[in-house]
Amino acid sequence: MSVIHYREIQGRSAGFWGLAGLLAAFVAAGLTAAWFMEHIGHIITGMTNQVVWGMPHVFAVFLIVAASGALNVASIASVFGKLAYKPLARLSGLLAVALLIGGLAILVLDLGRPDRLVVAMTHYNFRSIFAWNIFLYTGFVAVTGFYLWVMMERRLNGYTRMVGTAAFLWRLILTTGTGSIFGFLVARQPYDEAIMAPMFIVMSFSFGLAIFLLVLMAACKGTGRPLGDATVMRLKNLLGVFAAGVLYFLLAFHITKLYEAEFRGAEAFLLLNGGIYTFLFWFGAVFLGGVLPMLLFWLPQTRRSRIAVGWGSASVVVGGLALMYDIIIGGQAWPLSIFPGMHVSSSFYDGVVNFYAPSLPECALGLGGCALALLLILLALKLLPFLPESLVDESAESHRAVAGTSTAPGAV
Amino acid sequence: MNPLEPRSRRSEAQEAPGVGMRNSALPEIACDPNRRRFLGIAGAVALALAPGVSLIAYAQSDAPTSAAASAKTRWGLLIDTAQCRPSCTACVTACSSYNGWKNEGRPTDPQWIRKVQVSDPSTGFSRSVPVMCQHCANAPCVEVCPTGASFKRADGIVLVDRHICIGCRYCMMACPYKARSFVSENLSGQKPWAPRGKGTVEGCTLCVPRVDAGKVPACVEACVREGNGAMTFGDLNDPASPIRRAMAHYPAVQLRADLMLDTGVRYEGL
Repeated sequence: MSVIHYREIQGRSAGFWGLAGLLAAFVAAGLTAAWFMEHIGHIITGMTNQVVWGMPHVFAVFLIVAASGALNVASIASVFGKLAYKPLARLSGLLAVALLIGGLAILVLDLGRPDRLVVAMTHYNFRSIFAWNIFLYTGFVAVTGFYLWVMMERRLNGYTRMVGTAAFLWRLILTTGTGSIFGFLVARQPYDEAIMAPMFIVMSFSFGLAIFLLVLMAACKGTGRPLGDATVMRLKNLLGVFAAGVLYFLLAFHITKLYEAEFRGAEAFLLLNGGIYTFLFWFGAVFLGGVLPMLLFWLPQTRRSRIAVGWGSASVVVGGLALMYDIIIGGQAWPLSIFPGMHVSSSFYDGVVNFYAPSLPECALGLGGCALALLLILLALKLLPFLPESLVDESAESHRAVAGTSTAPGAV
Repeated sequence: MNPLEPRSRRSEAQEAPGVGMRNSALPEIACDPNRRRFLGIAGAVALALAPGVSLIAYAQSDAPTSAAASAKTRWGLLIDTAQCRPSCTACVTACSSYNGWKNEGRPTDPQWIRKVQVSDPSTGFSRSVPVMCQHCANAPCVEVCPTGASFKRADGIVLVDRHICIGCRYCMMACPYKARSFVSENLSGQKPWAPRGKGTVEGCTLCVPRVDAGKVPACVEACVREGNGAMTFGDLNDPASPIRRAMAHYPAVQLRADLMLDTGVRYEGL
């Protein structure tokens, strides 16, 4: 019978406290930026009446999308019964909650009136996907928190599959809601596609797993816990498939747009002559987010390299951020088509490509949210047993062989 | 026409008798200490209540005799683009002046109404048209607002409730007409009838205090006074109203009619 031993990380080294201090400094910088944005106003950001969502939203949506994807490892174990993933399930749930909290913190602190958060929690317009998302996000934290509890409390282990299935369905609905924020925007040509919802789901698979791999490898390396090649290679192959999936959805999305004459101007801007947005799409989203990781993961020269897995995962994260910037900022940079087919001009920047340059407070807020997520993960690993003592291949394989009958402590 | 004028006159008329009574009662009050104490307390209470009473009086002063907006009415605007001169910005100036917003040319500045120069690249046909909130029946801003701060009155006027706007700007993302602005900095000198505040979203209100008081929006009034009278305001539900009669005779289009938003603002000659 295989038993997975989970143990808190010691968290007493200078490296631990140094990392915690660094992350806390970023969180403090983010909070300071939010304070200035609230007191002086959004005038200190690069956001305008033309580009109304900026860098904070890039980070926030990225983290929220990645959060739901980070839960996949746990879902694969609990819902689809792939026992090799079971030792990783707790960490998967932890990442999901922490990344979502980081993303939500950014969104809330970017509000024009963050002091009215209570209003957002008490006044609902149920025709708004945003209002639904408030329930979906807070509900996700609650469901995933309960899922973690069920996984970590031996007496409740029997409910793992049921709660895990609920969490899996919830995360699918959540990411559908996030993608629909943009997909429902019929007024803006770069959005307005139902495919954005499933595209965001596949993006979440990719971004979430990339962050999971990076955190897993860093945590095992930092704590000296063994991490077997089989586990890493399995996750790496999965990430490669997810990255390819994102490329497929991007292809389907843009092909659909290009087929419709009314969208061709916006498509030409984003794909051909949009300057930074075109660069971010092809070099960031396509190359860094998809092509390079697949090459690193599957080329004969690098496919067994742990370092290549790390770089490939980091490349997916950077590519994902580039894609988010391209979608959120690039989509707003393209002017609204109020008079289709006509040339327009006005004092309100009608008919021109809108300018946007992110400011320091915006970047500080976005990075602060990322740091908050990582700090929560770091502290949680110290406080509760999320990480197995060992992830050597034999352990994972033997667990896979017998875990169907296992009732051992720590079994997922 | 200053909307404050009738109110000022009315308040002066109301205050005049009170002033006279207070002056004539003074010698008598001075003789009685109990009365003095009582009047002192009464005075303090009056001072405390005065701002509230004044606000109520103010709110009532611009209001029409009936209270709530009625679904029987659908307020709308018809813009005859052939009559709108490219050089004329009277509507923009009037709106800015009445509602207290200022455009200094920065991309963060609000513009509740703007003149857009429109030209057909294949024919050279051109028009200059005012664009503001189109007061859609199926308003995307109302649909997407998470708190319900964006709302539509029964008479079709789309507004923002500044008390529950959290400043998420989703309405600005959703509006096809770029009709909304976000207040990005501290403000001062707001008009009492046009509340504005940092961190919230705003846009054309169709000058709702004026409409409720039986007047036309400031832009329409300015267009009649300084422009060519290109703007007609009225009840789209009333077949006898000038706006409906005009729309019955001339083709009037909605901007982005393909979106089926059923706008309250229509354009003739586009």
